[in-house]
Amino acid sequence: MNNGPLIFFGIFLSLALSWLGLVVANNVDADFGGLGPHMDEATGMTVPAQMPGLARQGLRVYQDLGCATCHTQQVRREGFGADVERGWGSRQSVARDYIQQSRVMIGSLRIGPDLMNVGERIPLPEWHHQHLYDPQVNTPGSIMPSHAFLYEIRKVKGTPSPNRVPVRGERAPPDGYEVVSSYRSQALVAYMLSLKTPYDLPEAGSSDE
Amino acid sequence: MSDTSNQPTADPKVSGATEGVGRSAIDQSIRIPVLVLAGAGLLWLVWGTVLALIASFKLHTPGFFGEIEWLTYGRVMPASVNALVYGWGVNAALAVTIWLMARLSRSELRHGGILITAAIFWNAGVDVGHWGILIGYSTSVEWLEMPAYVTPLLLVAYIMMGVWGVLVFRYRRNPHTYVSQWFLLAALFSFPWIYSVAQIMLVFAPVRGTVQAVINAWYVQNLIWLWFTPIGLAAAYYFIPKVLGRPIHSYPQAVLAFWSLIVVAGWSGMARLVGGPVPAWIISSGVVTGILLLIPIVITAINLHMTVMGNVREVWNSPTLRFVVFGGIAFTAAGLIGSITSLRTLGVTTQLTHFTSGLTHLGFYGFFTMVMFGSLYFVVPRLLDKEWPSASLISLHFWCCALGTAIVVGSLFIGGINQGLQMNDAGAYPEFIDIVRNTLPYLLSRTVGVILITLGQLAFFTSFVWILLRPRTGKVTDPTLFDSSSALKSFAP
Repeated sequence: MNNGPLIFFGIFLSLALSWLGLVVANNVDADFGGLGPHMDEATGMTVPAQMPGLARQGLRVYQDLGCATCHTQQVRREGFGADVERGWGSRQSVARDYIQQSRVMIGSLRIGPDLMNVGERIPLPEWHHQHLYDPQVNTPGSIMPSHAFLYEIRKVKGTPSPNRVPVRGERAPPDGYEVVSSYRSQALVAYMLSLKTPYDLPEAGSSDE
Repeated sequence: MSDTSNQPTADPKVSGATEGVGRSAIDQSIRIPVLVLAGAGLLWLVWGTVLALIASFKLHTPGFFGEIEWLTYGRVMPASVNALVYGWGVNAALAVTIWLMARLSRSELRHGGILITAAIFWNAGVDVGHWGILIGYSTSVEWLEMPAYVTPLLLVAYIMMGVWGVLVFRYRRNPHTYVSQWFLLAALFSFPWIYSVAQIMLVFAPVRGTVQAVINAWYVQNLIWLWFTPIGLAAAYYFIPKVLGRPIHSYPQAVLAFWSLIVVAGWSGMARLVGGPVPAWIISSGVVTGILLLIPIVITAINLHMTVMGNVREVWNSPTLRFVVFGGIAFTAAGLIGSITSLRTLGVTTQLTHFTSGLTHLGFYGFFTMVMFGSLYFVVPRLLDKEWPSASLISLHFWCCALGTAIVVGSLFIGGINQGLQMNDAGAYPEFIDIVRNTLPYLLSRTVGVILITLGQLAFFTSFVWILLRPRTGKVTDPTLFDSSSALKSFAP
């Protein structure tokens, strides 16, 4: 076959098929690309709820630090791994869980644990601040890098700062000094705490089962 | 040059003299653009590998450069990937594409200045973009981390480069097309499509929910199978017969491999979403096409193997073939492993683990990069009219890359399978941190492999600078081979 246009047409058609089938079709699919929140008849609430403003800022911090390089946000369905048994979620994650996220970072590599429901698993802001400042404090042996650059070590003047992070271990500040969280770390922790799916969806099965 | 080149070339098989003159005019026309692309690619290769080495170190020694925000793992790793994929990968691929296309089409590249200008813009864009990741503007979309402020520039620069490959084909003097040209056309055409769709639907006007994950997987898989793979295969289908001086075992099989690859590749990326938050039919489509990918992989493997068979000695003695055939073997391995791990039962263990990084490594370093090395060992001396200065430097390059890649891929495969088995057994390994600790020995041995690869790239870089600066002797010299007594000399032009 020496016909340039014919070869070109074949290539065009092949690429167009996967583009139409996977990209375009899914995007216009009302049950996938067009998914809206679910109205829970019992409580009268729509889920998933919108993310709080600070958490939205935190998503940008999560994105710029590249957390998704090591952390996934997806609980695989039962029978596919042991994510539920591991306590990473009470049910599988479904497409609707993500519709409030401006950037969906389900991730593809678990160098660290899954974070789909970390806000439910560890609902303590202080823990997250400690963990970001020095992962060794709460998780000895962790290979997560310290994010101490998100914090400031400064001299205590009068009363301690309300944003003070109590830190033990190697990275503890000297006497008279304190570790204080920045706006970025507060936003990131707000985002961590917003990561949870404490509601049922018809397509996901009940969380009580 | 215009006298001979304006005349339509007669059947090249008959008139060897005309072919010779035409070839030097063609080489003249593509010399600077191809060398610029290759040189820029090599700079990126060294820098991207250094970043990869830093990242690899940080994974088992998190305190390494631990205080520096812009070198935190989540930034340095994507910056390295982008430097290697868009810096090294695209530059090297285009260098080889332009050269192959010009040679196979027997046509000159006209107005190469525009191609060089576009290449400068492309490289400036990748430079700004990968620094953008390091200083905090990452999009966190896999393989598309470079910030939105450079990607439109990259797309325009790419089109200005890629169109030259198409134009050289369009004005071909050789009426017969060869399967390598088809592969190159497929790659040249695919990139702007998938790149613009991914940029618009993921970054500029993000679609809702996990449709983003589907499009991201579609993009990554297409970049691997419809950009890097066809260019690597185009080079393999050209250089193996060319250097051995014998035709490809079965041309119809090569054509079949081409069409089957082009048709199924676009769908196969969905298998990696197994168990994930997307509709089940999408994953099934990925599993089915992942298995169908066996058709082009097995056909190509057999075809290349049959061509090489009986010529193992020649392959081993030719720098070009040693690298290209290593790449061919890595292609077969990566393809087969990728195909069988798209089956649910296996994929559930390997997905989300270091195994997947190992597979990407095998494809990108083991196959694509090695084939590009082999191609450049053939192309650069012909453009410069000089030979490679040192066979031992080439040998060092080969062994460092071959062993380094084997160690990296082996570590990530074994470590990843262990990680997957343990992760899926919550009873025996309830604490995730224990699983992390168990991966440490493998992460350490990976660093050893990356150090070897870094040494290999430096050896190649040295060779490249050396041949550029080396004075031309003026007389025709023999091609640099590992064993000068080889019968191959008579074949290598």
